[in-house]
Amino acid sequence: MSKMTLKIEGDTHVIVTRRFAAPPEAVYRAHTDPKLIQKWLLGPEGWTMPVCINEAKAGGKFRYEWTNGKGGGFHITGEYLELEPYNRIVHVERMYLPDPTPDNHIETRFEADGGGTLMTMRMTLPDGKTRAAMLATGMEHGMEASYVRLEGML
Amino acid sequence: MDNLDGAFSALADPTRRAILARLATGEATVNELTEPFEMTQPAISQHLKVLEDAGLIVRRVEGTKRPRRLAKGGIEAMDQWLAMLRKALETNYDRLDEVLAGMEKHKKGKKR
Repeated sequence: MSKMTLKIEGDTHVIVTRRFAAPPEAVYRAHTDPKLIQKWLLGPEGWTMPVCINEAKAGGKFRYEWTNGKGGGFHITGEYLELEPYNRIVHVERMYLPDPTPDNHIETRFEADGGGTLMTMRMTLPDGKTRAAMLATGMEHGMEASYVRLEGML
Repeated sequence: MDNLDGAFSALADPTRRAILARLATGEATVNELTEPFEMTQPAISQHLKVLEDAGLIVRRVEGTKRPRRLAKGGIEAMDQWLAMLRKALETNYDRLDEVLAGMEKHKKGKKR
């Protein structure tokens, strides 16, 4: 059962879709309430988000900091451009590695779908090169998890 | 990939992964590849040699230039990376499923 899709569109977009067995209001809240965000937006096993500051209003800022508890970590900052409870969020974000990456512009939609929600996240990067770098960074995160798994097998 | 060990160790370096990501957007010369990194051209050339030996990139001769592009193995590696990114996102959303189930239970509990 694969509920998520991830695809690349044109030179600068990445589109992610996912279905949830909860109404749009709940999924929207899980994306904007810091206490809820800290429970799931963590990446591979072993990572936590000790800092989650989130001012969910148009023009509001957010800052998420992750750590793997072994000295590894990074953070992102962003601003909300538009918030339409409980249907749509538009924000920009950038990652610090430690230099800031170019802004990733993200529109997230939550649509009622049966008794659940269809979420569609549309990312727009400034150019193809930035998109490739972003994907490579995300991959690095996943890659680390696969190395950890590999270590477990050896 | 016929040289799996070589490919795996070639990918263990972040600079080499970034070079591969850059080449995923199209062919590039050593100069173009050196530009985004705070490294000398010989250092980048050394990384390119490792990637080439691992069968991840190939070079072409064009006058005095030697533009590099992804080889079949490199394209396969990029596909695998995309699969890993997908996996990291899926892990998040599986966790979100549990959070949502917990919220629903909480709500029902309150109503009672």
